[in-house]
Amino acid sequence: MWNMVLHSKSELKIFPEDYPLIFLLVAVLLWVMIYSHLSDFSVVLVAALPMAQTGHLADALRFLVFEVPKVLMLLIAVVMVMGMINSWFTPERTRAILAGKHEGIGNIMAATLGIVTPFCSCSAVPLFIGFVQAGVPLGVTFSFLIAAPMVNEIALALLFALVGWKVALLYLGLGLSIAIAAGWVIGRLHMEAHLEDWVREMARIDPAFRPGKLSMADRLQAGFQSVHDIVGRVWLYVIAGVTIGAGIHGYVPQDYMAGMMGKDASWWSVPAAILIGVPMYSNAAGIIPIVEALLAKGAALGSVLAFMMSVIALSFPEMVILRKVLKPRLIATFAGVVASGILIVGLVFDAVL
Amino acid sequence: MKNIKVLGTGCVNCKTTFEMIRRQAEEAGVTVNLEKVEDLPAIMTYRVMSTPAVVIDEKLVHSGGVPSRASIQTWLES
Repeated sequence: MWNMVLHSKSELKIFPEDYPLIFLLVAVLLWVMIYSHLSDFSVVLVAALPMAQTGHLADALRFLVFEVPKVLMLLIAVVMVMGMINSWFTPERTRAILAGKHEGIGNIMAATLGIVTPFCSCSAVPLFIGFVQAGVPLGVTFSFLIAAPMVNEIALALLFALVGWKVALLYLGLGLSIAIAAGWVIGRLHMEAHLEDWVREMARIDPAFRPGKLSMADRLQAGFQSVHDIVGRVWLYVIAGVTIGAGIHGYVPQDYMAGMMGKDASWWSVPAAILIGVPMYSNAAGIIPIVEALLAKGAALGSVLAFMMSVIALSFPEMVILRKVLKPRLIATFAGVVASGILIVGLVFDAVL
Repeated sequence: MKNIKVLGTGCVNCKTTFEMIRRQAEEAGVTVNLEKVEDLPAIMTYRVMSTPAVVIDEKLVHSGGVPSRASIQTWLES
């Protein structure tokens, strides 16, 4: 019995390795089929429960049973695709592309590459040093460092799934703009002297890069690996977030948030949202379901986006890590410039929309 | 005896990598000199851009992410 299980498992594993393209095609078809019927499943499932079919509890349950699989399926699909795309854009390759680029065009490229290059905040420092050593200008490095965590595939996938494609696109555009502008400003300030001394003394290295040869099967494997790593790490946050969101949907009265974070709230609601966001260390997975609920209850888009960006892009633990390579003045400049960017975005949105 | 170093600034993945290698070496009955390098300047001398990274006898064999069981096996056997 045990042998059989092992055997069938290895066969399952071999199929995508031997026929990666066929596997992808079948997987996509299956995914679309299930995804397009999720709403029906949730209605049937809740109807089968021995309970009242109207009222808060049924509403909240229907929302939960539909939303959790929907969000998880979208997340798996996006992380899988990004895992495969990431296998083309290793940090070493991105560095080779950015080395020697001038400010301006360099900032734009760095922010854009920040979306597709795999990034984990625990590697922020080695990456930072690796860029600086290879002669990537400081401001360009910062554009990358701001965009990489802020504009990531998880944030975009969840915004798309829960709030809609318009807000997801808006977030993408604004996140990139902030990363480009903030990096450019930091570059203009010429703060190279505020790197820690040991960083400045490190030998320059040649960013030359030999692309490794990866087959389609290897990239597929990379996709599986990132689904395993990322979805394995965040699924609980997603469910917790959606549950809190479901609770807010079912129980909090409509427009409850309008007074505190709505359009007619006072001028300080955006800065307050940013300040509340900084000490909160959450990833996109946990924060976006809550963002969705806030929006649904009448909070203004600008305040909510500002809150979300400051939670993700300006986190206290990341500052502590960066302190190892940046002197306090540069850290303060970095935080100040990024916070100003977010503030402008939030204020403009609340004023215009 | 092999000198194996796990480079990383103390994130969860780095600790997982260290534990995986320790356990697999023990299971395979291979004695290794396993060491964790958390000092940033020391990590940077190996020119890695993403951690955790694994260095065997001063040669970089892996960087970025927890290595697979299979690759740890190969390192221990070779």
